[in-house]
Amino acid sequence: MAETGAGIPGDPRRRKALQEMARFGGGAAVAATLLTAFGVSSRAKPAQALRPPGARPEKEFLSACVRCGLCVRDCPYDTLNLADWADGPAVGTPFFVARNVPCEMCDNIPCVKACPTGALDHSLTDIAKAKMGVAVITSRETCLNLQGLRCDVCYRVCPALGKAITLETSHNVRTSKHAIFEPVVHAEYCTGCGKCEKSCVLTEAAIKVLPIEITALKQDEHYRRGWEEKKKAGGALVDAPLKLPVRKPEAGGAP
Amino acid sequence: MTAKARPYVEARKEKGLWASSQFLLLRRTSQLFFLALFLSGPLFGIWIAKGTLASSMTLGVLPLTDPFILLQSLAARHWPEALSVLGAAIVLGGYLLLGGRSYCAWVCPVNPVADLAAWLRRRLGITYTAKIRPELRLYFVGAVLVASALSGSIAWELINPVTALHRALVFGLWFGAGGAAAIFVFDLFVARHGWCGHLCPVGAFYGQIGKVALLRVAAGNRTACNDCMDCFAVCPEPHVISPALKGERLGLGPVITSGDCTLCGACIDVCSKRVFNLGLRARNGAPSTDSAIVPASAVRVAPPRRSP
Repeated sequence: MAETGAGIPGDPRRRKALQEMARFGGGAAVAATLLTAFGVSSRAKPAQALRPPGARPEKEFLSACVRCGLCVRDCPYDTLNLADWADGPAVGTPFFVARNVPCEMCDNIPCVKACPTGALDHSLTDIAKAKMGVAVITSRETCLNLQGLRCDVCYRVCPALGKAITLETSHNVRTSKHAIFEPVVHAEYCTGCGKCEKSCVLTEAAIKVLPIEITALKQDEHYRRGWEEKKKAGGALVDAPLKLPVRKPEAGGAP
Repeated sequence: MTAKARPYVEARKEKGLWASSQFLLLRRTSQLFFLALFLSGPLFGIWIAKGTLASSMTLGVLPLTDPFILLQSLAARHWPEALSVLGAAIVLGGYLLLGGRSYCAWVCPVNPVADLAAWLRRRLGITYTAKIRPELRLYFVGAVLVASALSGSIAWELINPVTALHRALVFGLWFGAGGAAAIFVFDLFVARHGWCGHLCPVGAFYGQIGKVALLRVAAGNRTACNDCMDCFAVCPEPHVISPALKGERLGLGPVITSGDCTLCGACIDVCSKRVFNLGLRARNGAPSTDSAIVPASAVRVAPPRRSP
């Protein structure tokens, strides 16, 4: 460098090279910033777009999914789609809309097996443990069962029959002589397959599967349930109930 | 240099139609072949390759994964399953043998789009071209990896027009073809070989492999060059030619060593003097030692001259 003079400060060639590096570096920094912003914003996806079984949490999923479509190809029920630009989820990633085609919960989970990168977690081997989302009664005002009718369709079609959705009875105040059979979702058993949403007889489903990001399933870590802590500790956590002095006016004795 | 509108005329007259278009035909065949592997399933129910160019499974036994995409995934701090690592290793190994950016010329679905734009540019006599240094794409590779790390996502796949076009063709996601349309317009009106030659980080990544790849184009018969400049007119990366074609006095070997060369073979087709041939990097002997020069006939893949 020194021999050719290119490295000497003030040399026009050195100046030109530095200028070029600054220009390209600046351009690359702008590109990286825009791409980063785009990458972060791509985490937002419509609530009705559900990920395949075993999908990692959205942020992690986007770091792992290479958008190959192998899960889509191996889905025997054409449930899964690859997202086009206008679909909402990050372009090229797999999703399904329960109201269109729900997940049939194959025993052998071919979509997870097909995933080459682990964006769909290969440790998921029991489809009953999948968490594609959680069903929620989104419209108590229109749900037929909550009006006092016996529709029960969501309850009947649930693959985890009697576990993920139960019918809880209560008194029908309006008629005062009938019962209301309220469908209640138990998140720990719900896989988010979307059969209930698909089968809801209303024009706009009263029960919908929402993605895990929207339905909080984990209790905040700073909350301790006393009864669970007691079980863990094998006994009461406080030694004994405090004994407070009895103060009665009629006890007398005091001066 | 101004590109000739019809650079192939002389070659066709001298060598005949086949010898002056064989690499073009082979490349189009190869591009169609790779597309057909993916399309036979959705169209006819005969599944050969499943997936897309990002990652695929052929006949249930051969996994292939784009190493650049996997690299972004790593930058986004995801440790991928072994299957995709194996797939990327196979692809890397393959292109280490077959030339790196040969992906661009022989597999990439954007190539016919870019080629069409370049051809139309010559025919319409569009000479304006924005000056973009080819090195810019390397900075772009860096930008993509930084963006992947910062956003925790496979950043380039959010806009990559290469895989988007492939998904459009294989999965019918037609919005994705918009990127390729934009490339066509950009290449035609804004910059000559603008996308593939200056910006595309996928090509730039394969170009790094090309720097050490075994299979290369060589100007093995460079003494026959008559300075017609046809090869410069058709080459998508003209700067790679000079060192090999004109570097004899500088002691440079006849093999094109730049990773930017896509091994498209356009120079082989267009040269009426049969200067260029496919060859191996290892045979890049210095011209000063005569014994090291490989006779063009030894490495030429072109069939013998057709009798008129």
